[in-house]
Amino acid sequence: MQLDVDIRSKSFENVAGKRHDVLDGITFTLNAGEVGVVFGPSGCGKSTLLKILAGLDHDYQGQVARPPGARLGIVFQEPRLLPWRSVEENVRLVAPHIEDIRLSTLFEVLELSAHRNHFPGELSLGLARRVALARAFAVEPDFLILDEPLASLDNALAGRLRDQIATLVASRQMMTLLVTHDLDDAVRLGDRLFFLSARPGRILHVETIATPRAKRSEPEIDEIKMRLSQLDLANM
Amino acid sequence: MLRLLSFALFVATWWIASFLVGETKLPAPPAVMTAMMSEARSGALFLNLGVTLARVALAFTLAMALGSAIGYLMGRVRLANRLGDPWLILLLNLPALVVIVLAYIWAGLTEVAAIVAIAINKLPTAVVTLREGARALDPALDEMATAFALPRGRAFRHVILPQLAPYIAAAARSGLSLVWKIVLVAELLGRPNGVGFEIGVAFQLFDIPLLLAYSLSFAAVVLVIEILLVQPFETRLSRWRLRAA
Repeated sequence: MQLDVDIRSKSFENVAGKRHDVLDGITFTLNAGEVGVVFGPSGCGKSTLLKILAGLDHDYQGQVARPPGARLGIVFQEPRLLPWRSVEENVRLVAPHIEDIRLSTLFEVLELSAHRNHFPGELSLGLARRVALARAFAVEPDFLILDEPLASLDNALAGRLRDQIATLVASRQMMTLLVTHDLDDAVRLGDRLFFLSARPGRILHVETIATPRAKRSEPEIDEIKMRLSQLDLANM
Repeated sequence: MLRLLSFALFVATWWIASFLVGETKLPAPPAVMTAMMSEARSGALFLNLGVTLARVALAFTLAMALGSAIGYLMGRVRLANRLGDPWLILLLNLPALVVIVLAYIWAGLTEVAAIVAIAINKLPTAVVTLREGARALDPALDEMATAFALPRGRAFRHVILPQLAPYIAAAARSGLSLVWKIVLVAELLGRPNGVGFEIGVAFQLFDIPLLLAYSLSFAAVVLVIEILLVQPFETRLSRWRLRAA
């Protein structure tokens, strides 16, 4: 199972009728069991790219071949939970046939067991993100999209959530695509890193990390980060 | 308790007013009560209230169902809005009396004509409110439903409908009060029974106790329906809001 992406261009027309190019040449493939990371500056079209990959936007030049019948799990930047449904109902909505044991395990891993009956309005952003994660994993996705799941959380919380994501990603053979603008998250979670340019976004550099996620040592992570931050991406 | 007090205050004001202007113009509460009791004993009161209520229920349901569907469509589909908008403006500004009279002329003095006329009066306000609701739907949640491949029915029930609920409640609330008012006019003009008809009779006989007896019983029914049905329904719909921190 693999995802083939070949987006030649994508542009928007603003209210004044002026065209803006958002994406310009994004080509890659992603295999099952692989975590791809889209890394780039704010406003480079990352979220637009995800929308296209998620099948929410069909207005672009190029081709995206998703494996037929692949189930999609997605965590949007804002949690996008239904405020009028409890945490558990939000998850069961997209996965009506989930077994109770699996749901309990999922809630346990994400430390949500105590919040099952809360409404999203009663949760902090960190908790709401975790509910969104639980929802995405509940559908047993073949293709998982995570749009900045760790943004605007404090370091300790972000670190914990990152470990939880790593645990969940390792538990299932699927294609995962993570969007982030944090190099540390990218190196710790990703297998292949796609560096995007400023708008209009195109791929500047692909970094493949051969060591499996669980076996990466701190010095190795530091070494990769150091090397990547020295790449003069702005002038490529 | 507070409601009881305010009711007592109402009766007291009425009684004092009736002393001031004289029994012939404004009968005191006991006279109206007597008229009410005699109508109740003969069964006429309940029959007429029942008939009026049935008309309200039918016209209200018809207008809400049709109005919600049209309003939702107009809010979601631009073409539908373009096509429907002139009609909507026409209906919104058409006086209730015109609709009722025309309905009676074209369809005869029938039950169907009465109910359709009442429903047509309420329809455009339901359409306008629901159109606003459909326009205010959160596209982010739509995307969520699409991304997770929620079946249409499920998405409508869990994602769309709760967002429309406050608009439906608002349309129901304003629509119900409109229907209460118009149903009496329709009955006065072309029905042989119902509260509106009885009020018309009382008016022609200048029987003020009877007139007040029917008006107040009708008002009481409206109040009971509001308190027992409409308000609990609204509270239920917004329970997730109340609990939010």
